[in-house]
Amino acid sequence: MGAYFSEIFRGLQSLAIGMGITFREFFKPVVTVSYPMETIKMSERYRGHTELVENEDGTPKCVACGMCQRACPSKSISLASKSVEYEVEVKGEIKTKKKKVLTKYNLNFTTCSLCGQCVESCNFGAIDFSKDYNLASSRKEDFHFDLLERLKERNS
Amino acid sequence: MSAPIDIQPGETFTLNVGPQHPATHGVLRVKLEMDGEYIVHAETVLGYIHRMHELMGENRTYPQVLPNLSRLDYLGALGYTHGHVLAVERACGIEVPERAEYIRAITVELNRVASHLFWFGAFVMDLGGFTPLMYAIQDREYILDMLERVTGSRLTYCYYRFGGLYNDIDDEFIPAAKAFIPRMRESLKKYDALVTGNIILQKRLKDIGPLSKDICKRYGATGPVARGSGIDYDVRKNEPYSVYPEFDFDIPVYHECDSFARYKVRMDEMEQSLRIIEQGLEKLPDGPIMPKKKPKLIKPPVGDYYQAVETARGNFGIRIVSDGGKNAYRFKLRSPTYSNMHLFDEACEGMLIMDALALMGSLDLVIPEIDR
Ligand code: SF4
Ligand code: SF4
Repeated sequence: MGAYFSEIFRGLQSLAIGMGITFREFFKPVVTVSYPMETIKMSERYRGHTELVENEDGTPKCVACGMCQRACPSKSISLASKSVEYEVEVKGEIKTKKKKVLTKYNLNFTTCSLCGQCVESCNFGAIDFSKDYNLASSRKEDFHFDLLERLKERNS
Repeated sequence: MSAPIDIQPGETFTLNVGPQHPATHGVLRVKLEMDGEYIVHAETVLGYIHRMHELMGENRTYPQVLPNLSRLDYLGALGYTHGHVLAVERACGIEVPERAEYIRAITVELNRVASHLFWFGAFVMDLGGFTPLMYAIQDREYILDMLERVTGSRLTYCYYRFGGLYNDIDDEFIPAAKAFIPRMRESLKKYDALVTGNIILQKRLKDIGPLSKDICKRYGATGPVARGSGIDYDVRKNEPYSVYPEFDFDIPVYHECDSFARYKVRMDEMEQSLRIIEQGLEKLPDGPIMPKKKPKLIKPPVGDYYQAVETARGNFGIRIVSDGGKNAYRFKLRSPTYSNMHLFDEACEGMLIMDALALMGSLDLVIPEIDR
């Protein structure tokens, strides 16, 4: 009989302790942000979708070597290039040389797992993660990014 | 108007819990044969989110498999990636710098705390208490913020590399982690007073859902499930790997075998993980995070390699059979909750359905990890 009542008492006591804790929490500062009105700044290393890095003159650093395409586990990258001739002066002589110029760099973000293999495999530091995270759409095509186009838009 | 269902005494009916049911925490289906409120027979049905991770491991080169491992258990992903890199490092004989191993251990333990916190919130919510989930998620948020700052992602990390890490921790990480430990200890005290001492929780968990030592051994249960049944087994102690032998920590073991014992094991493990993080931060050596000599192409010599690690859910094993090529010949994953879940069928027979769901919550199931 005594045990019965003491259990009821201890039970009620435990509920009161719990209520006390939630009551105290009630006056603690708010830790959330009201999202569309406020946003938080992404950390330095945040991995958004990849984007091309540019030279000082605004052209992409990428030399279209295709290492990133080969390293990608999900085959999310497709790129194309054309070779153009350009002239350089070597020891007073003008020589024509060929180099590859990137014409297309598409990222299929629907399959990208943000693993970082492409960024790591690039020997030229030509791609990096962006800080974009406001990416919502009901259309799949919206996630097929043309990174070259994005680079141009950024510069304009 | 439909006629009332006429159930004869002794007649049973089938109840499907899931595949879309909040109590199963994912796409798991449990077929229950019920006699009123009592379970006569249970059958767990898997296969709704099978993604063939093992086959992907055999079709891709070794570095390309790295992101897959964190897609198994999205709550404690770092433990799984740790197992993978250790297995490949063992196969290729890559030496890992000490600093990298310490950072790995610290981040794995932080991830373990985050995983247990989420389990704690979700488990109490299964039992009908909503508030603790909010507190748990708030504490977990501190961990995710810290990990995001070093790894770049919040859940599905791809941070470890063969031989080391993707990048070093930054200046803010150490003060943040040091500030987190006392705050987490305060929170644990709060949870103890709010939840552990709560009479309703105790009535729902004590002596409910017994899992004997025998059934745990027969099904190969590991992790907190086995430790709640008095089996003193933790890979970090029994088959030490990484820098765990350097740390002083205990393995909480409870002998009551009920749901409350499993609850207590996880609550105590959080404290032990905090101890490891504390010591890790203290001992953290300077130095490189990648070895100087690292093979350019990961091609393990012909052989059969196995590595087990203790993740938040138990013993995770990874077996790699190499034929000397760029891809693994066989890539086998032994995931802990797969074994932990299967004992549910046998253990819940004769139980009330609400008690069985409490038992299922105490197993800490993460379905993508079972159905990988
Ligand atoms: S982050 Fe990984 S998955 Fe995404 S494009 Fe780069 S290599 Fe491919
Ligand atoms: S981004 Fe880098 S790795 Fe990819 S094609 Fe360009 S230069 Fe090569």
